[in-house]
Formats: sequence, C-alpha cells, structure tokens
Amino acid sequence: MTDRTDVIIIGAGHNGLVCAAYLARAGLKVLCLESADSAGGMSAPRTLGDDYHFPGLAHAAYPVSLAIRRVLKLEQFGYAPGKAIDTVALDANGEHLTIGTNSVSGKGLSELDEKAYPDFRKRYLAFAKAVRPLFDNKPPRLKGMEFADMTTLAKLGWNIRLGLGRDAMYEFLRVAAINIYDVLNDTFEDDRLKGAIAVDAVMGSAMGPRTPGTVLTWLQRLQGELNGPMSLQSGGRSQLVHALTQSAEDAGATIRFNAHVEKILVENDKAFGVELSGGEMLKAGSIISNADPRSTFTSLVGAPQLDTMFANRVTQIRGSGVVAKLHLALSGKPEFTGLSDDGMNNRLLVAPSMKYVERAFNHSKYGEYSENPVLDITIPSMHNSTLAPEGHHVMSVNVAFVPYELEGGWEEQKTTFAYKVISQLCQFSPNLKSLVVDHELLTPRDIEKQFHAVQGHWHHGELSIHQSFMMRPLHGAAQYDTPIERLFLCGAGSHPGGGLTGLPGRNAAKRILDLGGAK
Amino acid sequence: MAWNTYKVARVVDKLPAEYFAVRSGCAVMDLTPMEKYHITGKGAREYLDRLLTRDISRLRPGRVTYVVWCSDEGKVIDDGTLFQLGEYDYRLCSQQHQLDWLLMSASGFDVQIETETHDVAALAVQGPTSYSVLSTAGISDLDQLRPFGVAELRCGDIPVTVSRTGYTGDLGYELWVEPADALQLWDAIFAVKGRYDVHAMGLSALEMVRIEAGFIMPGFDFNTAEATVRDGYDRSPYEVGLDWLVNLDKGHFTGRKALLAEKARPARRRLAKIVVDGNKPVGEAFIYDRKNGKQIGEIKCATWSPILKANLALADIECINGRLPAKLWARVDYQRELKWHTAWAECHAQSKPFYDPEHRSATPPARY
Repeated sequence: MTDRTDVIIIGAGHNGLVCAAYLARAGLKVLCLESADSAGGMSAPRTLGDDYHFPGLAHAAYPVSLAIRRVLKLEQFGYAPGKAIDTVALDANGEHLTIGTNSVSGKGLSELDEKAYPDFRKRYLAFAKAVRPLFDNKPPRLKGMEFADMTTLAKLGWNIRLGLGRDAMYEFLRVAAINIYDVLNDTFEDDRLKGAIAVDAVMGSAMGPRTPGTVLTWLQRLQGELNGPMSLQSGGRSQLVHALTQSAEDAGATIRFNAHVEKILVENDKAFGVELSGGEMLKAGSIISNADPRSTFTSLVGAPQLDTMFANRVTQIRGSGVVAKLHLALSGKPEFTGLSDDGMNNRLLVAPSMKYVERAFNHSKYGEYSENPVLDITIPSMHNSTLAPEGHHVMSVNVAFVPYELEGGWEEQKTTFAYKVISQLCQFSPNLKSLVVDHELLTPRDIEKQFHAVQGHWHHGELSIHQSFMMRPLHGAAQYDTPIERLFLCGAGSHPGGGLTGLPGRNAAKRILDLGGAK
Repeated sequence: MAWNTYKVARVVDKLPAEYFAVRSGCAVMDLTPMEKYHITGKGAREYLDRLLTRDISRLRPGRVTYVVWCSDEGKVIDDGTLFQLGEYDYRLCSQQHQLDWLLMSASGFDVQIETETHDVAALAVQGPTSYSVLSTAGISDLDQLRPFGVAELRCGDIPVTVSRTGYTGDLGYELWVEPADALQLWDAIFAVKGRYDVHAMGLSALEMVRIEAGFIMPGFDFNTAEATVRDGYDRSPYEVGLDWLVNLDKGHFTGRKALLAEKARPARRRLAKIVVDGNKPVGEAFIYDRKNGKQIGEIKCATWSPILKANLALADIECINGRLPAKLWARVDYQRELKWHTAWAECHAQSKPFYDPEHRSATPPARY
C-alpha cells in the first residue's frame, strides 16, 4: 500500500462529502480538505454564544434521493429524514393558511382554491418527475454527444411524451420557460397561497415571481419533494452531513479540517495538487473542487492557467446572493397570533401575496434591502430541545431579498436591518422582541466570507435557464470536467445546482469514474 | 484607402519607383495607423506569456520579437511585433484593432493596457540604403543596432525610438516619435535626397515586397478568429505557417489545448509560399491537384516580383496525409485586350522566404 492520494476534494460541504463517499466506495484513496473546523459547509451547524445551536444556512430540506441513501448506506450511519412539516403562510390578522403536500386549509380560503390545490400539486409533481432524468445524470452534451447523453435525452423525451400524456405534455411545454406568476394567477385566487408557492420558486435566486424561468426553478425544488416531504434540519446525528461524514470515512476517505486550499497546482494544463494556506503542498491524481466555480477558476486556478475567453466567461457567471440569514437566540417560546404550538413546528412564511414578493425583490436590484422582506422562518428548537438551554428557543429566518452590495455598506446598516426584521416578526409574534437575547445576521457578504461562495450565492450561481443543464456553471465546464485536465467540479455551481440534494456530488463522482477514475 | 481611422495611399508617386526604392534604395512609409498598445505593470510578462503562443522568456529590454495570438480554439486573432522597452514596459503593435481582446485577456493580471496609436507617430524607413540615409539624416549610434533591436536615439534634437524591424524583408528601421516631432523627422530624412534616392511608399509597393519576403497579413490572407462567423473559416498558426511561433512546452497560453490537439492530427491545410510558373499576372486563382483536376486550394495574395522575375503567391492549400501535395496547378484567368483567357500554370511550394538578401541582417549594415 502506498501513500499516494488518488483524489483531493476541496471543501467538505455536503456535495464534497457525497463525492468523497462515492469515490472512496469505488476504491479510490480520497482526501477531503475543509477550511472550516467541521464538515457541512453551508449546512454545517452553527452556534451563537455558547448555548444556542442552529442547523446551518439550510434550515429546511427534502430528503436526499433513495439512490444516494442506499449506495452510501446513509440510514446505517444515522440519517433519517426529519418529521414532515407543512408551510404556514402567516397573515397579519392571524388568518394563517396551512399548506401541506396535498391539501391547503385556513380561514377565508375559497372552496375553489381548496379543490384546485391537490390537482395543481399532482400536475407539477408529474412535470418534476418527467424532467428527472435531466437532474439525475450529467447534462447531455449536444455537440459530440456520448451514449450516456443519448440515454438521458431519450428518457427525457419518453417521460415527457409518454409519461405525461399528450395534454399534460402540451401544458408542460407551455409553462416550462414562463414565470410562476402567470401560472399561479391562472390557477388560484388566494393571495396568501400564491405568495407562499411563489416563494418556493424564487427563494435563493435573484428572481421575482414575474421573472421568466421561475417555473423551472420551482420544478427544480420539486425534485426534492419527489424524494419525500420537506422536513426541518434540527441538528444532531440524524442530520445529512453527519451521516455523509461517517459514510465517507467508513469507505476510507480522509477528511482534514482547518486545511484551507489556497491554490490548485497546474502544470501543462493538468492539475496535480493543491497548496494550502500554510504553504503545504499536497499531490493527487485528480483534484475535485466543491468550491464555487468562480473562486475555483479565478482564485484557486488563476487566469494564467486559463484561456482568455473561458476566463472571461467565468467572470460573467451570474450569481449575486439575495438572501440573508437571521439567527435569534430566544429566552422563551415565541407566540404567534392565531398559531398553535403545533403550528410553530412548521415552516412559517411571511409572503402575503406575489406582489409583496415581487416588491421585496425589486429593492435588491437597486442595492437596497426591502423594508418588507419575505421571511422564511423555522424554530428548530421546537423539534430538538437540546439546541437551546431549557425553556429557551432558537429561531432561524431566511430574509429575502437583500443585495450583496448594499448602498451605503452592510457594516454600517447590518444591525439596523436586523432590528427591522425583528420588528417585522413582532407583527406576527408580539412577544418576540422581549425574548431576543442574542442575534446573528449573515448577509450575502458574510456568507461569501464564511463559505467562500462568491457574492454569497446559495447555489454558487443563479439557477437561470442560461446557466442550467449543459450550460451550468458555464460552457466548457458543464460535464463536471474542466479545461484543466484532472480538475473536476462537484459543487452546487454544477448541474443540477444547489439545495441539499447531493446530486452534483454524485453526478460528478460518476463522471470521474467514467472518465477512468483517478488512477 | 482606410487603415484604422487613417487614410493611406496605395501609391504615393509611381509604383515601380516605390518598389525599387525598397529593393535598391530607401523607401519611407507612414506607419502611424498601426495599432500600438502600451502594456505596463508587474504582471506584464505573465500576461504576455498567457496571451502569446511564443516563448518570450528570452526577450529583454531593447529587443523586439514577432508574435501571434490565438483564440481559445487556437485560431489566429492577429500577429504583431512586441517591443520590450523596459523591465515592465512593452509595446505591442498590430495591424488591426486589438484592444478588446487585450483587455479581456487582462482580467486576473497586474497589468495596464493603453492604446497609444495616436500618441506615437511611426515611420518605416526600409531598403538597402536605409542605414546610410538615417545616419546621414543625423541619427547617431545606429551602427550597433542589431536586427530586432530597439534603442532610444536622437535625430538632432528630436528623441527617436529606433527599432531595426520592418515588413519588407530588407534592411530597414522603424522610427517612433512624438507626433509633434514627426514632420521635422520626415524633413530630416528627405533632406538627404540629393545624395540618396529616398521615396515615400504606399501600400501597393508594400504588398509586393511583403509577399517577396513571405510575410503574411491576417485579415487578408486568411480570416481572423474574431472576425469569423462560419465554422472552419478561421486559421490556426500551424495552418498559416507560423509553427515556429508556437511553443507548446512553455506553459499555458490561450489556445494551447486546442493547438496541442491540432498538432496531434495530420495537418489539414497550409498557407503555402508558391512560385507560379510563367509570367501571366496571377490575381485570385484556384489551385488544383492537376490540370483540370480537383480544386484543392486558392491563392490569397500574389505579385509579380521584378527583382526575382517570378510570379509569387501565398495560397491556402488542402493537405493530403498531412503534407502539401507534390504537384500543384493554378488556373490563371487573365485578360488580353478585354478578353478573358485561361492558362494552367504549375506551382512550386517553397519553405524559405522568396527574397532574403544577406545585407538585411549585417551588423553594422553596409554603407553607401
């Protein structure tokens, strides 16, 4: 046995871990380098003060696919999709809507909407299922197509034409590239319902409900729902990252923490190692970057090793974060007007109408934050009481939309903004303000700094049509391999994109093995 | 004729006089329309290394080198001359506008790029007597300037940057001055006319001599990458005979990967120097593998060479098994008293420049 490392994976975020676990299982000697002191990246747990624990940037998620769970034996390592939760669309007058997977209920909801909802869900889950082959495989290359690409496209065609049937296919082709705003207006009357669904289509992207392509982003999100219902990330052993770490290590992968990769070493257009910030050099047969494609190419590889036009395209990747994360440490249980304790187990949304969401988005385009942002709230301590001292609670809030570059600077206005959001929350939970003992606001700038994601974008690049599929993250690096021989991408910036899916990591691992592994 | 934003004469006086001035006397041409870029900064060398296909590690201040740069796909964008004026100070000259590409290539490098086309006036002084003409006109210390050298000299009280470079294949210099000093310099050169034959030269004479020297002109002899829409209509450095400017071992540069792949395949086509038999004027003509045979190429530029008494041309020709076919025929269409005729002329490919006189590279150059 030699000390030779077959692959180095940069970043132990969940995609890096999935990739590591797959490759280690295929017999490769894998070293995963993580700059933080624990695994998980954006999904790693965070602590505020000493006693308040938060599940990480991703606070609600869908289960990862059965295939990944089975191959990586995740259940064996403690993974369990959490308890299914609903979405509660909060209403200032306490007339909240409870939106489940197949039903919706609440005061003031019309019978028409109540009936339309299950049909609507069924139809769109069918659409999501039809396009699944696109997500489960490497994006097909249209020029110089490989056999695998033809299979993917054949499956896709089969699913859309025969799986959906003629009428549904026409409907799918009608809506696939349009916006969620028109689709929801065609279907529902209730502003609260439409607002809530629209949030799922745009959260994390610099898009409003009226932005073209928001049906596609929603279908992308529904991919997760095909695996099972949404659940809360409430920390502990059951969390995905924990199981992935165990699975990767069990298969023989080594994860090294506090190892910040400064440079990817390239000679004659071939990657052969990395240099850590301490100056240490590590060599491997292949280098796989789970980092943002922009920082991978611009900072880690560097322009001198890239062709001009490719380097230029990298700088053109669109992806400016628009979501801030607010963590609140609470000295007691918050109370929401008109909402039971049970209701607080769910994901709570402040998005009373699509107009509201669109307006909130508008501000971010001009370097402003919205005075009335969309809020996506969870109270993880309702599920796991160990997250806070006894009787205390933690609240996690995604705040959209905020700009990456705030006019006047974030440093000066961060605290003001945090208090504005807290005040806004108090409209729904009057006792909240008195409970806040500590808070932490992560703006896109902070997210960039902490997770090395350029401009703090959740998905390492917008999930817009021009940056999806065979154009994700960009032409020339869309099949997980890059212009640099032996350098691969496995992160959210690659197809099929962000979210706690593990798919980019898995697809990348398969691709690397198909290309002859790293031996 | 328009060249960049300037008007340029094809013929200033008489073409034969201008041609023979370059080949046996001294010709002067205003090169100011040439695009000039000032490239400075600590990262300038690294930047140029990534931009250019050539290994420039041996380039030093006071030296000039001929370079070509490519697209990601390994197709020629333009060629030009690179002057190293100081440790972090370069000038790149190209026939066509290149600022967009140069700036796009600058991202990620500690480098500044400025257009100085209108801020530097340039004169080409070319021909066997150019050394004597310039010395007599008052430029001192010219004797030790070697081919592809550049030096800061004076012409009387005018500071002149002089490089021993040119596009004629003969002994020659290029003079770079402040625009305000340009007329005075011109007058100083033409003041020697009583003793030497000095002619202003236009583009037509230049076209003749550059073909004799075997120099290519991107954008005329072949389409450049940035200007090409149709697939396969642009050309790689290999395809235009610039193999010697490509160094695949020097580390990464834009187009390296594509060129590496191209080099592994048999060559598909070649811009070849050919001599066309006979004395019928060759304009645009197709090349065939035999008389009335298969069309395998086309002449891109041609001239009758008075000094070599031959029809010279550069032709884009398809290769067979990676090599130029042994037999080449041109179908020459020519007019006699307004009536078109066709003649078949055999062509002979050459690897060396058609005209490369010894006096071109002698240091110090011969005095007349």
